[in-house]
Amino acid sequence: MATQLLSSLVKKEFVLEFRQKSTLAGILVYIVATVFISALCFKKIIHPMVWNALFWTIFMFIAVNVSGKSFIQETKGRGLYNYLNYSPRQFILSKIFYNMILMVVLSLLTFFFYSWFVGSMVQDLGMFLLTLLFSSSAFSGVLSLMSAIASKANNNISLMAILSFPVLMPLLLVSVKVSKHAIDGLDWSVSYKYLIILVMLNFVVVALATLLFNYLWKE
Amino acid sequence: MIKWWKILAALLIFYTLVWGMLGSVPRLNILHETIRNVYYHVPIWFAMLFLMGYSVVHAVKYLSGNNFTSDIISDQAAQTGLFFAVPGLLTGSMWAKFTWGTWWTFQDPKLNGVAIAVLIYLAYFILRSSIDDELKRARISAVYNIFAFVMMFVFIMILPRLTDSLHPGNGGNPAFGKYDLDSNMRLVFYPAVIGWVLLSLWILDIKKRMALLAHIQNEN
Repeated sequence: MATQLLSSLVKKEFVLEFRQKSTLAGILVYIVATVFISALCFKKIIHPMVWNALFWTIFMFIAVNVSGKSFIQETKGRGLYNYLNYSPRQFILSKIFYNMILMVVLSLLTFFFYSWFVGSMVQDLGMFLLTLLFSSSAFSGVLSLMSAIASKANNNISLMAILSFPVLMPLLLVSVKVSKHAIDGLDWSVSYKYLIILVMLNFVVVALATLLFNYLWKE
Repeated sequence: MIKWWKILAALLIFYTLVWGMLGSVPRLNILHETIRNVYYHVPIWFAMLFLMGYSVVHAVKYLSGNNFTSDIISDQAAQTGLFFAVPGLLTGSMWAKFTWGTWWTFQDPKLNGVAIAVLIYLAYFILRSSIDDELKRARISAVYNIFAFVMMFVFIMILPRLTDSLHPGNGGNPAFGKYDLDSNMRLVFYPAVIGWVLLSLWILDIKKRMALLAHIQNEN
């Protein structure tokens, strides 16, 4: 029953998103434009460190922009409806799952366009994609809670950035480290402990978000 | 009424300020006399971490009990903690200039962690100031406080252990580990930690009382 409700909530998010095609198209244009601008500015990136740093900076801004919108649609009336029908845990989990799926897809798209325009330097593609998967899911956990907080504080979009950048930093630094290893094609034995940290951070973030959302939810 | 621990705080800090300069220290390579910074820099950071922890404990208390005083304490503890970050940064930076030859380096996970901690608490205050309703502000900022503290804890405690650092205590650099801190230094270092933590509590106590009075005045 609980999982059914959860999946229906996630489905609802997708239906809402696809009904408003302009936001999805907007995100795509945002990604392509950002990558294109950086490709034009840098012309050619020779140093793998620069490649890595630029990629994660672009991805972080995209992630903050996209998931900053997760609670904007929640009007007062709809909030009351949700409050009566769902438990807070289901509600935040549905947001996190939806954001996870969206973020994984968007990170892959960003990587695709980035490799196309700027050129790929990744030697160990499997490791890189794994890092992308884990870090984008952890990102979505953090950013879902942050956008819930920002939405309670008058939906200020700059507040979203201020709140989430410092909190994202530990995640981002681990991701940058592992993806640098993947770019250099280092052995898995060097980087597996960072991957474990990423997975652990996923659990910590999702657990904290579900726990704390309880208190945000009540008006 | 002056409580005994306030006198103790003043005495301990005065003792460590004087004896920290006069006492004998081991002669170590590179560090030499700068090792005395352990008496000032480290206890100040301990006091700051203590206050940040105090702030989170009261954030949890607020969420579980809805007692408004907890929110005031949580806010004031975070403010005082951020205030302690300033001398912590200054003493660290001065020490770094004489041993590493630079005021600040972005290579070091501990230094980055501190910068992140400062950013997190600045974001916390911005969040507080952007919500007008008092109860709502208390609830939402408590949520952010808890979440941010956990992430900061991950950053400061776990990440530096995974990467090499120039900072004393990491990567074979001498610090106040069991091999470097001799018994003479312990006689100053431990009182210094207690003294600075007590001083931070003292400042917090005054700020808390002021904020409570202001709150009562606003209500009437």
